[in-house]
Amino acid sequence: MIEIAENKCDFCGCCVGVCPVNCIEVKEAEISVDHDICIDCDICVYVCPIEVLSQTDPKKSSKATA
Amino acid sequence: MWKEQKEFDCIVVGGGPAGSTFARIAALGGLSVLLLEKDRDIGMPVRCGEAISDAGIRLFVDPDPRWLASTIDRIRLIAPDETEIEFDLLEKGYILDRRIFDYDLAQYAAQEGAQIVTKAYVDGLVIEDDKVVGVKGTHIGERFEKRAKIVVGADGVESRVGRWAGLKTVIKLKDMECGIQKTVTGIECQDNIFDFYLARRWAPGGYLWVFPKGKNKANIGVAISGYYAKAGKAAHKFLDEFLAWKYPNASVLTTVVGGIPVDKTVKEMVNDGIMLIGDAAHTCNPLTGGGITPGMRSGLLAAETAVKALHNGGPTKKNLQAYEKSWHKIGGKNHERFYRIKDTIFRYTDDDLIKIARGLAAVPEKNRSLMKLFSVAVRKKPSLIFDVARVFAGV
Repeated sequence: MIEIAENKCDFCGCCVGVCPVNCIEVKEAEISVDHDICIDCDICVYVCPIEVLSQTDPKKSSKATA
Repeated sequence: MWKEQKEFDCIVVGGGPAGSTFARIAALGGLSVLLLEKDRDIGMPVRCGEAISDAGIRLFVDPDPRWLASTIDRIRLIAPDETEIEFDLLEKGYILDRRIFDYDLAQYAAQEGAQIVTKAYVDGLVIEDDKVVGVKGTHIGERFEKRAKIVVGADGVESRVGRWAGLKTVIKLKDMECGIQKTVTGIECQDNIFDFYLARRWAPGGYLWVFPKGKNKANIGVAISGYYAKAGKAAHKFLDEFLAWKYPNASVLTTVVGGIPVDKTVKEMVNDGIMLIGDAAHTCNPLTGGGITPGMRSGLLAAETAVKALHNGGPTKKNLQAYEKSWHKIGGKNHERFYRIKDTIFRYTDDDLIKIARGLAAVPEKNRSLMKLFSVAVRKKPSLIFDVARVFAGV
């Protein structure tokens, strides 16, 4: 599951732009992921310039296993 | 007044340079325009290196001295082995103060009659019979729904408006540059020189920039390709390491984060009742990441089409496609050339970059130019030499 460290987020929307299923929403100072739609592809985790997003399932995260 | 008005000719989602340019030209053409910005301020936060060429800005507005933090006439490239290569630019440029610039662009739109609303967050489209007929969202805790003949997605890298309308705006990992920038003060830098640091350790698949803003101030930022970000080292670490090495005493005034779509323009920029402009349509230059001029150009061309369509025939996909045609006619071919050049050189290793630097260093300074630089850079792939010759002619 994608986890968000909201207190780190700058709300830039970089993750939204790459999300293939449009499941991330970024407002002026809020970010949320719709876990029902999310496919755990982790692309948002890779692109975040400040590591706000992470994958909690180690089997799915190439970062965690790297 | 916007609260009482139920319907507009155009609703623009996003108040950056593309959205404000569209709003100004469309209002000037007699259309009723509502521009909705989700943030508290137009022009803030500034997610941008703020560089623009003199010729680029003059296509749309006369530069106001208040916008110009510094004037740039020289470029310095720093190769992986720290060799520095400098040369004069044929065309001068500026580092803008976009807080003021974006504000003024929105004001120009308002002066022509466009209505501008901040803190207006759009979270969906109104769709009837498979056609976009409006937007819905929240304005300071209150729901709103407004109808429009044309909805304009100027919502930047997120480009959700386009997606809601069924247009394909998702950016592939390798075509997303992950950026972070700090505006710092208390550093020594020359006010007329752009610095570009090129090496895997500074910015894999991108570059690190030092853009002076005058008075010992500069925008120092890094953008790395998503392709390399996947390896696990995030952009902020590259920037922090660079600052600790090169400017350990810098004080940070602002930190901003952002994604830069370095992609081909979206295949379909319009559909019935919808147009996409700026980063939302991936108009930013895929090689340099410069997005202000192409964003404003797309806003201008889209607005000209919108005015014609609404005065004659309506906002059908067929009528709005005139915008796509004019975009491709004016800048589209070069955009694709820039993309091809980028797609080759973003994979270059440090050894490749050192060879390019040596090749350019061998050229007498007065003969160096961006055209020369990229001609040297694509020697490994001769099919790109024609692309370089076309896009850098006279630059």
